[in-house]
Amino acid sequence: MNVIVCVKQIPDPALPGALDPSTKTLKRDGKLILDESDSYGVEMALQLVGKAGGGEVSLVSMAPNGETSGMRTALAMGAARGVLVSDPALQGTDALTTAKILAAAVQKLGGADLIIAATESSDGYTGTVPEQLAEVLGLPSITFAKSVDVDGTTLKVNRQTEAGFDEVTCTLPALVSVTAGVVEPRYPSFKGIMAAKSKPVDTVTAADLGVSPVGWAGAGQEIVEIGQAAARQAGEIVEDDGEGYAKIVAFLESKKVI
Amino acid sequence: MKVWVYAQQAEGAPTSATLELLTKARSLGDVTAFLAGDASGIATTLGEFGASKVYATGDLGGHLPGVAASTAIKAIIDGGDSPDLILFPQSYEGRDVMARLSVKLDKTVLTNNVDIAVDGSTVKVTTPVFGGNVLVTSSFNGDGPYLAAFRPKSFPVEAAGGGAAEVVAAPVGELGATGGAKVEAVHVEEHTGPKLDEAAVVVSGGRGLGEAGNYSTIETLAKLLKGAPGASRAIVDAGWVPYSYQVGQTGKVVKPDVYLAVGISGATQHMVGMKGSKTIIAINKDKEAPIFGIADLGIVGDAQKIVPKLIEALQGR
Repeated sequence: MNVIVCVKQIPDPALPGALDPSTKTLKRDGKLILDESDSYGVEMALQLVGKAGGGEVSLVSMAPNGETSGMRTALAMGAARGVLVSDPALQGTDALTTAKILAAAVQKLGGADLIIAATESSDGYTGTVPEQLAEVLGLPSITFAKSVDVDGTTLKVNRQTEAGFDEVTCTLPALVSVTAGVVEPRYPSFKGIMAAKSKPVDTVTAADLGVSPVGWAGAGQEIVEIGQAAARQAGEIVEDDGEGYAKIVAFLESKKVI
Repeated sequence: MKVWVYAQQAEGAPTSATLELLTKARSLGDVTAFLAGDASGIATTLGEFGASKVYATGDLGGHLPGVAASTAIKAIIDGGDSPDLILFPQSYEGRDVMARLSVKLDKTVLTNNVDIAVDGSTVKVTTPVFGGNVLVTSSFNGDGPYLAAFRPKSFPVEAAGGGAAEVVAAPVGELGATGGAKVEAVHVEEHTGPKLDEAAVVVSGGRGLGEAGNYSTIETLAKLLKGAPGASRAIVDAGWVPYSYQVGQTGKVVKPDVYLAVGISGATQHMVGMKGSKTIIAINKDKEAPIFGIADLGIVGDAQKIVPKLIEALQGR
């Protein structure tokens, strides 16, 4: 079974984010890392291919600056190869165009039995790309998976709902979006990290894939204003001296919660 | 302006997100609702909140709403009734439907919004980024229908007092290859106490609890305060509690009267989901933790020591 995982390379979320005032996009000029949300999909893909007893895991990604360090992390985990769509013109690309580009990258890899994505990225968090990608590719999809199994050519998913979860099945090929925590991502081994350096990553432009327009030119929106939200003021901060709990009790009393 | 609201129902009533969107939509133009399901039980309420008409697919026959509802909406638009704007709730269903529809219509989607303004034919929506510290306002380019999703609790809920909405059948029709996913069984997780996104008090736990077994203290505390237990993404990812407990950018948005953050440092991912709380209490070992920057009361200390004492004090009352 062949699986393609959509991975995003993002600025380290532990560092404060910033918008570039000239382009009005998220600053992505530093090192980019594998979005932690995508590590679950990579792990899931590796497990499913292992269970199927054959096939490989490939990656598709999109980044404006040719960055592959995040993809290398996924390759070190065990993915075989990747396609990176990188092009300065991609800056400002909206979710719909992103889906079109990723679809073209998937087709460049010859498609797959299963495509896996996270439910949303940790930085932009539009949260629609997986389902848009499925529609562009003409595939069925099961979103918000909290468990995934493949039995022959049948995909079986427990899908998160507001009330609990649904058991959903689908015949492959299909796309699934996985929630965080669906599996425990492995840490890349030293051997994996070394092997990842020589694994093939094919870097192409949007034009190579025949997708245009992209970037702000293709976006269905423009940013008209960037403002600061009303700031919350910090209140009383005290060190716990063993009686900190009493402060909380008094506070709850003052708010008439108790 | 013709405004549609993507409606959802639960337990025989429109969801609160649906009523919020209807309330806002009334101030923007003429309102029509769309429902993936049977609208007969909620047409009256939808009408009271301003929808003159509701398109309803009827039972989806086990199809997931993403493909089914977007196909039905596309058919209505192709049939000549095209909205200028469709408001979606930022829910699992809302996200899937708007994503599929955006490809069918070749229109962009703007998600995670907290506000909308219409000026003539220009539609602007506002999204919080960086943990809610920065608000980005975007306007749609070109022609509609414009597709926008809104975070829960972005708008107040007020009835307008209209008559029942007229129910118009919107059959799903043939779905083809994309409609291959089938719901085989539905599981409802039992929960006691108030819902996380409706509770007046929310007690959330994070990594500072130390280990999964200590999460039970959060549940005990929530129960004592007649509130709901929540969680940071870190402990959801670690498998301590289900995804449905998660508060934050990728989880639920809560605005309780009191939010008690226990052992949560306050990653931007978390803050965006709880910053709107009326008051915030935080317990964390690290006095530099960002959560203290927005807390009304902050206790710098070990949650594993403070919480048991707090529980004891509350039980003794």
